[in-house]
Order: sequence, then C-alpha cells, then structure tokens
Amino acid sequence: MNQNITETLKKLGPLIGLIALFIIIAFMNDSFLEFSNLRNLLRQVSINAIIAFGMTFVILTSGIDLSVGSILALSSAIMANFIVGGMNPEVAILASAGVGIILGGINGIVIAYGKVAPFIATLATMTIYRGATLVFTDGNPISGLTSDPLFHGFGQGDIAGLPVPAITMFVSFLILWFVLQKTTLGRQTYAVGGSEKVSYIAGIKINRVKIFAYALTGMLSAIAGAIITSRLNSAQPTAGMGYELDAIAAVVLGGTSLAGGRGHIVGTLIGALIIGTLNNGLNILDVSSFYQQIVKGIVILLAVLGDRKKA
Amino acid sequence: MKKLLTVIAAVILVIGLVAGCGSSNNGGGDKKQGTIGFSVSTLNNPFFVSLKDGVEKQAKELGLKVKIVDAQNDPAKQANDIADLLESGVSVLIVNPVDSAAIATSVEAANAKNIPVITVDRSTDKGKVVAHIASDNVKGGEMAAQLIVDKLGNGTKVAEIEGIPGASATRERGQGFHNVADKSLDVVAKQSADFDRTKGLNVSTNILQANPDVKAIFAHNDEMALGAIQAAKSAGKQVFIVGFDGTADAEKAVQDGTLAATIAQQPELMGKIAVDTASKVIKGETVESKIPVELKVVTK
Repeated sequence: MNQNITETLKKLGPLIGLIALFIIIAFMNDSFLEFSNLRNLLRQVSINAIIAFGMTFVILTSGIDLSVGSILALSSAIMANFIVGGMNPEVAILASAGVGIILGGINGIVIAYGKVAPFIATLATMTIYRGATLVFTDGNPISGLTSDPLFHGFGQGDIAGLPVPAITMFVSFLILWFVLQKTTLGRQTYAVGGSEKVSYIAGIKINRVKIFAYALTGMLSAIAGAIITSRLNSAQPTAGMGYELDAIAAVVLGGTSLAGGRGHIVGTLIGALIIGTLNNGLNILDVSSFYQQIVKGIVILLAVLGDRKKA
Repeated sequence: MKKLLTVIAAVILVIGLVAGCGSSNNGGGDKKQGTIGFSVSTLNNPFFVSLKDGVEKQAKELGLKVKIVDAQNDPAKQANDIADLLESGVSVLIVNPVDSAAIATSVEAANAKNIPVITVDRSTDKGKVVAHIASDNVKGGEMAAQLIVDKLGNGTKVAEIEGIPGASATRERGQGFHNVADKSLDVVAKQSADFDRTKGLNVSTNILQANPDVKAIFAHNDEMALGAIQAAKSAGKQVFIVGFDGTADAEKAVQDGTLAATIAQQPELMGKIAVDTASKVIKGETVESKIPVELKVVTK
C-alpha cells in the first residue's frame, strides 16, 4: 500500500474519530447539533484545551506535568484574593498569569537543573501547590469577587456569538501553533524530545527549552483558572483536581507520542474536542455517569493502541 | 491502515452500544413537559447514591422522566453538566451543589431560561430557587449534644471533631452542637478531620492522647466517628461516640455497640421529597421555599 496515503490517514485518525463522534451523537439526539449547544460545547472544551496546549510542549520535550491542576487552583486563589482586595480584575488576571509562569518555571528549573524526572518533580509540586492553595484559602472558596463586566465576560460572555473562553482558546492555539511550527524555539522543542544528546551536540540550550515549556504550561493553567473563576464567580481550593489527566489524554488522543519529539498541537485541539464532545454528548444522551467514565477510558486506550501501531 | 480503521470502528461501536443502553427509554421526546434534570455532587459517596436512588424511585413512581448527571465533586464539571441539562430541555432542575458559591452562576443561567431550580442538601449563595430541601443540621447538632447530656450528665468532658472548615454542614452542625454544649457540657478539644475516616482516626488518637479524661466524642459525620472508634479502641478507652449522617457502616456500628449513636439524615427521603416538589412545580402548584427533612437519632 502507498506509504504516503497510510501516513496521511493516520494523521487524520483523530479528526475522523471526532467527525464520527459528531455524526453518531447528532443522529441519536437532535438537540446536540443546535447552535446553542455547540457554543456550550466550545465553552466547556476551552479549559481543558488551553491546559493541553501547554502540556503538548511539555510532552514534546519528553516530559510530563502533573501539577497543572494545582497551579490552576493556586493562581486562581491568589487572583481572587487580589480582586477581593480591590485590584482591578483585568490586572489581577495578568498577575495570575504571572503566578502561573513562576510556578511552572519552578517545575522547569527543578527538572532542568535538578535533573529530577519530570513525573516525580511535578508530582511533588502538585502536592506542594495544592497544599499552598489550602493554606492560602484556609480550605474555603473565595467568593463575592466583583461585578466587573469584563471579568464576568472572561468566563461567561460571548463576542459575536462565540463564547469568550473559546476565543481565548483559538487565539492561544494560533499563537502556539506559530511558535511550535514556525520558530526556532519550536524546532528546538521537538529536537530536545527527539534526542537530548543530539540537541546538546547541535548547541541547543536544552535547559532553556525545558523551562520555557513548563513556564508556558503554568501560564496557560493560570489562564484556564481565571476562566473557571469567572465562570463560577468564585475561586475553589479544590479546583482543577484531576485536570492533568484530561490534558494528558487530549494530547495523547491527538497523536502526540508520550516518548517526546513527535506530535503536533492541531492534534491536541482535536483531542480536547473529542473529550469535550464525549462529556457533552453522553450527558445529552443521558448516559449514566458510570458508563461515561468507561467510554472515556476505552477511547483513550484505543487511541494509544492506535498510536503504538505507528512506531 | 486496516488496524486503524478497526480501532475507529470499535470506538464507534462502543459509544453506540453504551449510548444505546443508557438512553433506551429516551425516545427523542426530551423537550416534552415533565422531564426533570438532576445534577448530583458525587456518586462516589453512599449518602449521595441514596439521594439519587430516592430521586429515581419517586420519579418512576410518578411516571416522570429524570436525567441524572454526576459532577464528581468538581464545581466546574457541575457547571458544564447543568449547561448540558438546560440545553437538552428539562422542565425542572434539581441541583445538589458541590459548592454553594460556585453553583450561583449555574442557578442564574437556569433563571435566565425560566427553568425552576430546586436545591437539595446544599444551598446556593445567589440566584432564585423555588425550594431548598435539606436536613436541619443545626437541630441535628443540638440533638447530638442533648443525647450526650442525657446519657452522661451535665459537665461531661467532650471532644468535637469537625468537618471540612467552612463547609455549611460543619458550620451548622457545630453551631447546633455548641447551642447546647456551651451551656451543659465541657468541650475540651475541637479539631477538624475533613469528614475523612483516616483523618478522624489520627485526630482522635491525638485528642485522646492529650486529653485522657475525654468521655464523649461528637464527630460531624459518621466517617470520622468510625475513625474515632478505632482510636478509642487502640487507646483502650470507653468513649461515648456520636456520629452524624446515618450511613450503613455507622448503623452497623451502632448495632455492634461500638458507636453510641448516629444522627441519621435521610437522603433517600430527601430525594423523594425533591421529586415530589418538582412534580408540584411542573403542575404549577406553589411549594414551600424551605423544606426541612427530618433527622432521627439512631441508638441501639
């Protein structure tokens, strides 16, 4: 069989899966394809997708980041505290992104300079950041934030019929796609994951590339946190628990190899859409939540099995 | 490529099958009157499973269709779930919030669509609800303290094991307990164990170590009370332990004589009342805005 066609088909696998999913769910329930539900779906997907974009960079360097949910919670709590303290909410969102960069940067520094395995390093910071969130909030949600329409709109608003979180998602996607495909930094990200030795010989500053990937993921987690905080009009100390798994699942579903060096961010967007469509579609179809988890697990498993065949 | 196609086909098949099973009685008539949407905080806890059972049974009894979504204790997932329910056209929404502050925006979203909301067990900070159905936690706390006074007498040295700090159940049960205890008991220790059995064990062990003369423990839920039983056992002490909730494990411990009592909530009754109320709302009847659900003291 023609090698090129096979390759193309494999690349299109996730997209075919997504389209198939759409057709099945639309066939079984006609309210699924209604415009208002598609908007609703995009709003729901955006949080996981934004985190997963960062996770793509990390996984491409053959790392992993388990601390995204904790970074989300801690940066949201700090942001909410600023807002309650009277800070302009838009400034607070930027401050929160800064906190995300710092927390993610710490991950990167520990991994790059400390030579700690990413799984262990981020497992540790996941626990530390979550603990810090609980200390900071005293275990209570921070509510009574603000009635500022811009902050409100960041999670709940629409511009020209599109939910603002979805716009944030598409804009981050375009920027990150450009960084990954069209810049030296992007090529270096692939190279580091492909082979550190070769990258070193080629003169790539490996540590910088790694720290960038983790700091970026931290920032994106914080932005996702700001969206959640705006949507729920409160910062929750338990926010983001388990989100690392959804983000990793989206990356893997999109065909990025956990071994690093191979994959693309377009796939991650599709992967996040598949997970979001499953969540939304199975709810609309009134499938018991117990079965929903089994379906999600099987889909991820099959995607990884499919990925293995590529190697 | 053949293998890839097989994988895709398998995914489609699985989803089709599961979705088919789950929605066999769906019939596509979602937008008709009389569908109840029920968003439950978690099904990873027997209490809320009983609540869900109560909802399902009563809905079947009354011939109403009910769509159930499980937030898995994540307030953001609950916001998504409720958006999905509103999208699929339910006529009443029963919500058991993960968090009272976070649920407010979802309740307001339902208000904007003119879909009546009933909250169960936990309330919402903002937004309009037609009814709130919950156990009277303050009264339950008072019942627990009164039971200790009745059995062990005035001025008994007692320790209080609190739930998650700031949670409404913690506040209300603690408040009720102190309404009585501050007058007639001697509360020598007060520590949080986050409603968790293992933490309840550790915290009680520490308390019994520091205050060997404690005669009674009131835990804000049964899980922590069951932890306290283990602590008392390893310390070799006879302690009068009172829990809260009335879970199956706790009722068994009461029968075995290891747990003195539990203030039992009735989640299944709560679910039943929620559906009864929803049914009245659908018919356009007026309902009480606050519906307390009875608690009962379970002793041997």
